[in-house]
Amino acid sequence: MSTVKLTVNGKAVSAEVEDRTLLVHLLRDHLNLTGTHVGCDTSQCGACVVHIDGRAVKSCTVLAGQAAGANVTTIEGIARGDELHPMQAAFRDNHGLQCGYCTPGMIMSAIDIVHRHGGELDEATVREELEGNICRCTGYHNIVKAVLDAAGRMKVAQAAE
Amino acid sequence: MYETTYHRASSVDEAAALFSKGSEAKFLAGGHTLIPVMKQRLASPSDVIDIGKIKDLIGVQLSGDTLVIKAATTYYDIMTNADVKKAIPAIAHLTSVLGDPAVRSRGTIGGSIANNDPAADFPAALISLGATVKTNKRSISADDFFKGLFTTALEDGEIITEVAFPVPEKAGYAKMRHPASRFALTGVFVTKTKAGDVRVAATGASQSGVMRVPAIEAALKANWSASALDGVSVSASGLLSDIHGSADYRANLVKVMAQRAVQAAG
Repeated sequence: MSTVKLTVNGKAVSAEVEDRTLLVHLLRDHLNLTGTHVGCDTSQCGACVVHIDGRAVKSCTVLAGQAAGANVTTIEGIARGDELHPMQAAFRDNHGLQCGYCTPGMIMSAIDIVHRHGGELDEATVREELEGNICRCTGYHNIVKAVLDAAGRMKVAQAAE
Repeated sequence: MYETTYHRASSVDEAAALFSKGSEAKFLAGGHTLIPVMKQRLASPSDVIDIGKIKDLIGVQLSGDTLVIKAATTYYDIMTNADVKKAIPAIAHLTSVLGDPAVRSRGTIGGSIANNDPAADFPAALISLGATVKTNKRSISADDFFKGLFTTALEDGEIITEVAFPVPEKAGYAKMRHPASRFALTGVFVTKTKAGDVRVAATGASQSGVMRVPAIEAALKANWSASALDGVSVSASGLLSDIHGSADYRANLVKVMAQRAVQAAG
């Protein structure tokens, strides 16, 4: 057992976990942040994507100990109070979710995509960049629309700041 | 996953010392091979020694005609690095088509070559470019480093610290990606060195891992162009044959990917 200290969604947290604990289980089982999902558990589907120090990663393939000292952001940490993150709002407005299982990972990956590409996003790029996130409802069409919509909103929001 | 003890090393020496204390220790950098294998209970290290945050193992340096990529540098940091893009853009391209974005933000060059998966991309780049692998004990030429499937010249407890690539005259990489796994069904890296030599390496094709392709090297040495390979045939002997493609299909892919790689190299 080890004590793992890290920052999750801006709050300092600490948990006593077995060394073999995965980050996704630390989040879900110890911190009760169940928005991050376990889909395939084999680093393929992307339902478990969170941000570690601003970078999208698959939390089913990171040991909790590897995240010690890091700044982790989950789907629960992106809205500002009652105001949805622009990516969340765009997913809602574009019907970018069906069953919703893949949505937290899709949104965390999509925010990372917009951050990395800035205003340079087009449909082909979004589709290529989402290769590590799988939607079993095959609802990609509206997911891609939502990401492109959000990219515009995030650019506007950034310009306003 | 079986129980294990996690250690985070802050220096290469500390990592080596931790390794020698564990009964069956393993090094961990990005963890994108080791952790899945541990989850399947195919590996059960007593101790996992995290070398992914050792500062001396992270970064890229270009000095003269040598590009050095430190072992724990992530794929994302490699593909976006200005020196990599300037000196050997084929490496930036290779890294950009490896795995998916979330995998690229964790996986490392050192982890890729230490694992030596027969369908991994980096072994082909090291062999083709004639790179040198540096460890905490010695320097090993790429030709001597890769020893077949999942096997390398590394000794127990030896840590890769960096890979030194001679900057080539031209280099290119082309890969037929498996549509689900993004591993190379076959990938070919072609290099024309500054001394005029031609070295071609294929991954994902051979039953014994990364391989040189002498027939293609000879044709390109005579004439560096994609059309020079039109009449070349690659032997299917010893190539992989599985549900994803037969040996004959892969033999043809080696040629076609080599042609695309030459076109990419310019």
